[in-house]
Amino acid sequence: MAGNTETDMLKIKNLHASVEGKEILKGINLEVNPGEVHAIMGPNGSGKSTLASVIAGNEDFEVTDGTIELEGEELNELAPEERAHQGVFLSFQYPVEIPGVTVTNFMKTAINETRKARGLEEMPANEMLKKIREKSELLEIDRKFLSRSLNEGFSGGEKKRNEIFQMAMMEPKLAILDETDSGLDIDALKVVANGVNRLKTPQNATIVITHYQRLLDYIVPDHVHVLLNGKIVKSGGKELALELEEKGYDWIKQEAAV
Amino acid sequence: MDLKDKLVSSFMAFENTVDVNHPVHEVRSEAIKNFETLGFPSKKMESWKYTSLKSILKPQLSVFPKKETSLDYKDVKQYFIHEIESYKIVFVDGVYSSHLSETSHEGLDVCLMSAALSKPKYRLLIENYFNKIAVKDGLTSLNTAFSKEGAFINIPRGVVVEKPIQILHFTTGVESSLLTQPRNLVVVGENAHVQIIERHQSLTDNPTFTNCVTEIFANKRGIVDYYKIQNDRDEASLIDNTYISQQRNSHVSVHTFSLGGKLTRNNLQFFQKGEYLDSTLKGVTITDKKQHVDHSTLVHHAQPNCESHQDYKGIYADKSTGVFNGQIIVEKEAQKTNGFQQSNNILLDDTATINAKPQLEIFADDVRCSHGCTIGQLDDEALLYLRSRGIPKKEATALLMFGFANNVLESVKIPQLKQRITKLIASKLGVNLGFDL
Ligand SMILES: Nc1ncnc2c1ncn2[C@@H]1O[C@H](COP(=O)(O)OP(=O)(O)OP(=O)(O)O)[C@@H](O)[C@H]1O
Ligand SMILES: [Mg+2]
Repeated sequence: MAGNTETDMLKIKNLHASVEGKEILKGINLEVNPGEVHAIMGPNGSGKSTLASVIAGNEDFEVTDGTIELEGEELNELAPEERAHQGVFLSFQYPVEIPGVTVTNFMKTAINETRKARGLEEMPANEMLKKIREKSELLEIDRKFLSRSLNEGFSGGEKKRNEIFQMAMMEPKLAILDETDSGLDIDALKVVANGVNRLKTPQNATIVITHYQRLLDYIVPDHVHVLLNGKIVKSGGKELALELEEKGYDWIKQEAAV
Repeated sequence: MDLKDKLVSSFMAFENTVDVNHPVHEVRSEAIKNFETLGFPSKKMESWKYTSLKSILKPQLSVFPKKETSLDYKDVKQYFIHEIESYKIVFVDGVYSSHLSETSHEGLDVCLMSAALSKPKYRLLIENYFNKIAVKDGLTSLNTAFSKEGAFINIPRGVVVEKPIQILHFTTGVESSLLTQPRNLVVVGENAHVQIIERHQSLTDNPTFTNCVTEIFANKRGIVDYYKIQNDRDEASLIDNTYISQQRNSHVSVHTFSLGGKLTRNNLQFFQKGEYLDSTLKGVTITDKKQHVDHSTLVHHAQPNCESHQDYKGIYADKSTGVFNGQIIVEKEAQKTNGFQQSNNILLDDTATINAKPQLEIFADDVRCSHGCTIGQLDDEALLYLRSRGIPKKEATALLMFGFANNVLESVKIPQLKQRITKLIASKLGVNLGFDL
């Protein structure tokens, strides 16, 4: 796999995407380096989840122009599972309920299929158990939880915590957290943020999509971008998030309109 | 001569092979007359509207195996749940295979219908139970007329059978047009408990046709768990008629896993004859390649305070057809009945068909009966979610199917059997999932 330090972790160039003939992403450019945390903010409906979905390979969206590269390799034509195998992880804004499939079996399958795709042997059962134990402890998830059907009947906060547990298990290169903070109470937010921070290494990168500065107090971003109507209209450091918290989006909309 | 006339006229030859002085022979003689009148079912009959036997009722079908074929255990081991200790009753082309079997007369009878029909010590049992609950339709009558061999299981009062009993019917296809008609009888005494696994398996790609009848009697507080594995080859067809009679406080469950075979028709009928008992009917059906699987169930609630639970999951692809015809009758006396029926179906593509028909006939006023029938597709959002975690489409699809069928798989009480069924399903779906359910 390609991956020298010269290349970006993620490089998005002039990305346009539409759904049902309606253009939602209208020329996104974004570069994320290994070790960095980027935050993407923006009003409802501006295209944040769409961007995340398109990076993860959701086939409902049609990429009409532009490229997405991970460590110099283009992802555009890859299936969602292949992107996961390359190291892309999306924490869903709305995790899907899967009746009859336990969290544990789901994770075992996900990890072993990914290993298979990478030409590795299946993970030995005891190692898998150890890993599951470690990561569930990191996210303070009760063991009983792991034998429940995936997301079925989970509370909003439990679903989000479970997403980060999956991230911890998968150890992605690029993690995109789509409003992982929404629905979390203060204590849970700290646990989840702590989990994310503990998983950070100089080799991986994180994109955090959020509406609230609060999360960014815990997961401190190197860059903050504002997405408006399908375009990144402003980028800055972590202080930009504070400014947005204080002033809302109107001034940005005005700036963008100029 | 058409097939019906041919079969009727073979009855005389058949009589030379059995004891015509045994009282059962009167039952047989009556049954052949009955068959002569009724013949084979046709699509004109309401209960056979969606299943046609035309393609399997070949005029050359014969009820007599011309020669015995013997099998080596190593060649058929894969069809046994060999991971557990069990009793085994094994037939090859309808003929008992003693070296593959492990029968018993110690504290219980796990043996042969032919023995039960010939030995005086079983005469009373046979008189009390044989053909007492089987419905006298054409196919069952045909089986009764030629009944001679099958499994005979008699669990006396209070006996909890530690080992499951496996009944295996192999067809070799050595004779290409053999009609095999096993006849099983299971009598479970008061407070007795037994688990039975039955499987029909053809060993070649020659067409085979089996018309099986099983009668099960559960006496007071008896517990019977019956598992049917239907994973036969593409050219094998099966009509599986199962009739169950339950007494007070008994619990009987039948699980049917229909994965293989060309045409499979399950006639599963429960007759409740005492209070406070429950009947459980569950199934997982996964079909493709023009397969046809029909589940026609009947639960007859005739006494107060009883329950029935039906839960059938079906997944159909590639020109295959499913039928679920679930009849619940609640008689006037059967107050406080709790009848639950569910049939959930997924069509994987638009060439597959499911005909699902709940039929509730309720004559009592104080009952709780619910039925739900759903037909849907695989959930695309769920599929995307799984794929986003690195699970390829085929495996993700399989995982969703396992999730869909999980309620039924979960209730299999023998872990090794559950594991085996999981494997059979995985191999049907062409995946290798790295976990046990
Ligand atoms: N499958 C779809 N079909 C039609 N329209 C869609 C679809 N998915 C997204 N959209 C539209 O695209 C736009 C962007 O949606 P998106 O979910 O990306 O917004 P967002 O920035 O994540 O908003 P929020 O902050 O509310 O989560 C919205 O107008 C939405 O209605
Ligand atoms: Mg969103």
